[in-house]
Amino acid sequence: MKLLARMLLALLFVLPALAGAGELRGTGSLGLVIERAAGSVLIVDTMARRTIGRVEGLGDLSHASAVFSPDQRYAYVFGRDGGLTKVDLLTSSIAKRVVQAGNAIGGAISDDGTLIAVSNYEPGGVRVFAADTLESVADIAAIGSNGKSSKTVGLVDLPGRRFAFALYDAGEIWVANLSAPEAAPTIEKLTGVGKLPYDGNVTPDGRHYLAGLFGEDGVVHVDTWQTPLKAERILDRYGRGEEALPVYKMPHLEGWAAVGDRLLLPAVGRHELIAVDTRSFVESGRVATHGQPVFAVARPDGRQVWVNFAHPKNDTIDVVDVQSLKLVHRFTPGPAVLHMEFTPRGNEVWVSVRDADRVDIYDAATFAKKAEIPAQKPSGIFFTARATRIGQ
Amino acid sequence: MTMRSSQKRLRLWLDLAVVLVAAATPVMAGEVAPDAARLANLVRQDCGSCHGLTLRGGLGKPLTSENLTAWNSDQLASIILDGVPGTPMPPWRALLSEGEARWIADRLQQGNLP
Repeated sequence: MKLLARMLLALLFVLPALAGAGELRGTGSLGLVIERAAGSVLIVDTMARRTIGRVEGLGDLSHASAVFSPDQRYAYVFGRDGGLTKVDLLTSSIAKRVVQAGNAIGGAISDDGTLIAVSNYEPGGVRVFAADTLESVADIAAIGSNGKSSKTVGLVDLPGRRFAFALYDAGEIWVANLSAPEAAPTIEKLTGVGKLPYDGNVTPDGRHYLAGLFGEDGVVHVDTWQTPLKAERILDRYGRGEEALPVYKMPHLEGWAAVGDRLLLPAVGRHELIAVDTRSFVESGRVATHGQPVFAVARPDGRQVWVNFAHPKNDTIDVVDVQSLKLVHRFTPGPAVLHMEFTPRGNEVWVSVRDADRVDIYDAATFAKKAEIPAQKPSGIFFTARATRIGQ
Repeated sequence: MTMRSSQKRLRLWLDLAVVLVAAATPVMAGEVAPDAARLANLVRQDCGSCHGLTLRGGLGKPLTSENLTAWNSDQLASIILDGVPGTPMPPWRALLSEGEARWIADRLQQGNLP
């Protein structure tokens, strides 16, 4: 009798778990919010505008980012401490985790979804892992033509199991080709591209790689359809010889994925965005902003760009109309706005407000706040629709 | 109950530690004592965007005490205030007083940032 009662009790505890496991759902409306100080991520539902899970134990997540598996079930989270964590969005759990380096900055997933590449500061270089097991596949030491190991930045995927990245210390851009599954990667190196490339990104078609320079005024453009590859300087001397303003946080080139003929880049040391014609890659205008831009994120239709700023002006967002290059809206969500992510069709935008421990959700057309989600020191926000985009 | 009172005691100790650290910091005549909590948050969150939230480095050098032995307190304070030309380290003079820069330099070197 006692045994039966105990068994019934045990069954009672197991039932909700069984029910949960049996519930079918898709992942297209899901996403991740990085809680940078707590080393955790929130799993969020963008349609329900709420948190559906929290995963802890991901290490140091300052400057963390994520990419998604093609089936949009798993997120690969790149932590500052070199941790690479595969998070299962359906079960809110860690599927796999490795600490692959001492200090990392970001990563990318190959077009076929089988390879995860991680960009490292310490030791420099790029390491590549199998997406399913996180076992090491390749280790690309970033020894520049100066003979020194370099931090790597701006790592993105290119079509054909390739990855592009920049060597921060050496001033180079490399394209690694991993299309032959068992062979070592072949690497095409562009040397002497400019001083201190701080970040890079590729256009949504996977063709044009751009790296921003910190050590000089300019951006490096590589048309990856050309053979051999060639690095060309664009926006040269955009500072016009004026003294640069202090940059209290490095701008990021992630999120610019604008459709259409224009993309807006944050200037370095200038409180403005520079518009670039995506056919000729020459400057097509500028717009003054509230502060040093950090992210200039295009709404998925490409019509407006939302901009946040470096310390101490990081409580504000500017919304810029891409066609007219006019400011259409400026508002202050709260202290330390770190990141913005649009829902896949761009109807809403999620904004992390770090020092308010909050994520705000805005209507992207009316700018009205739709909801708030509590989060501990939130930074990056990443939605699963990124799985379908080149370079994200 | 015990839990709550021990937490309260811990918080009291932390507050006391902050006060002691602040009190132990040499403050130049006529300057207001630095706001320890605000500065510590600035160092972790904003310096941390380049130097890492745990200050173990990133694009910028690590700021842990064992990595700061090559500089004296004056040199570190001047790096904070005036930046390092040719690198992304910006001058913080517009945002921090000399006393605050000195306070940050000392806390980092002693490894006792509250």
